[in-house]
Amino acid sequence: MSRIDGRKFDELREIEAKVGILKNANGSAYFRLGDSIAIAGVFGPRTVHPKHMEKAECAILRTEYRMSPFSTVTRTRPGPGRREREISLVTREALSSVLFLEEFPKTAIDVHIEVLQASASTRCVGINAASLALADAGIPMRDLIASCSAGIVNREIVLDIAGKEDTEGEVDLPIAYYPRQKKVTLLQMDGIATKTEIKEIIKLAIKGALKIYEVQKEALRKKYEEVR
Amino acid sequence: MEENKEIKRKLVIPGDFLGTGRPGHGTFLEEGKVYAKVIGLADEKNGTHFVIPLSGVYDPKRGDGVIGRIEDIVFSKWIVDINSPYIATLPLNEAVEEFIDFTKTDLTKYFDYGDLIFAEITSVTKTKMVQLSMKSSRCRKLRGGRIVKVTPAKVPRIIGKNGSMVEMIKELTGTQIVVGQNGVVWIKGEKEYLATEAIMLIEQKSHISGLTDQIKQMLEKSVKNKETVKKSIGDDYE
Repeated sequence: MSRIDGRKFDELREIEAKVGILKNANGSAYFRLGDSIAIAGVFGPRTVHPKHMEKAECAILRTEYRMSPFSTVTRTRPGPGRREREISLVTREALSSVLFLEEFPKTAIDVHIEVLQASASTRCVGINAASLALADAGIPMRDLIASCSAGIVNREIVLDIAGKEDTEGEVDLPIAYYPRQKKVTLLQMDGIATKTEIKEIIKLAIKGALKIYEVQKEALRKKYEEVR
Repeated sequence: MEENKEIKRKLVIPGDFLGTGRPGHGTFLEEGKVYAKVIGLADEKNGTHFVIPLSGVYDPKRGDGVIGRIEDIVFSKWIVDINSPYIATLPLNEAVEEFIDFTKTDLTKYFDYGDLIFAEITSVTKTKMVQLSMKSSRCRKLRGGRIVKVTPAKVPRIIGKNGSMVEMIKELTGTQIVVGQNGVVWIKGEKEYLATEAIMLIEQKSHISGLTDQIKQMLEKSVKNKETVKKSIGDDYE
């Protein structure tokens, strides 16, 4: 038995990562997981506007997750909705744990994530792109953050929820992972599962995130090796 | 790649393990191990690991010579934009030798809005208050010319060993060039465009070994070509 798109249960979709794709941003990246595509641009550290948001002891991280109107089958309303705001927030929490924000007091680091094409797990794709863009911008980081989802579709625990599995599946659980410290920086869940199932799903998602982590590192090195 | 022979430094990305020892610039310590925290080239000196960053904004340091633009005048201070997340201030006593009663004098007489200056950073506090001084002999107002902005991490390549790169560009293009540590390069002269091109090329190919020779070739060629262009036009019109 296989999945809707013919993958094995623990198989990721095709991964593609590129670093330094935007000229005007300090750092940028493109990340694709099958049909889910996101680009991320990082600006800063730069002066904070409005001024009252400024923090004297560290930089503030601002993330903005957006979906393009053409990214889904039916048009998505542009502008931030409830969902966009939530994902922006969890993305910030997921990324801020690896950043040395205290090195740039009184500044802001802006991360913009744009989903160009959505086919489930877009927050994972967005986080992966953002993490690469931050490293490309030269912002001090403890490690890269890799993100992946797993869940239950047709009573089977599967890795990297894609396309129809998202709407037809029982459980969808995205995580963001801090590989060296083996810490989970984002964990959300849709659906109902037992305790043992959840443990299994998290284990599988971490396995997927580690594979993504390797691709991220390779993509980042590639940009700077090329310049050599 | 063949250049690897020449480059001893290894390319590292955030989270790469560097070894045990002391953490230097661009690294951090975690459970007795040193890791890189920025993307850059790793090096070691007397057991201290450090990383020379390859990207990032300008972080002001004491003693750096920077090029800034006058943004504002507040009481007896000039506010200067130094291409960094932090603004710098130039106090009156650090800028002008003679005594000035700033309540009676218009300070724009010395430095007006939009003026470019080359100044030295005298102090940076922990809260990133940056103070400038014009007292050093190399500090001056930059009149005319044009500005090119590069990644601050690449400034050493533009200057070259003992200034070899920038001196060569100056000589071949006959321009005046001032390089600020903050990644701002000021160019003035008839062949500004050539010098600009050369600096942009250095920024693009900053990791290639033997870059000075390459830039030299490119400049010599262009200088020659432009001269022939001039000559041919001259022939047609005379």
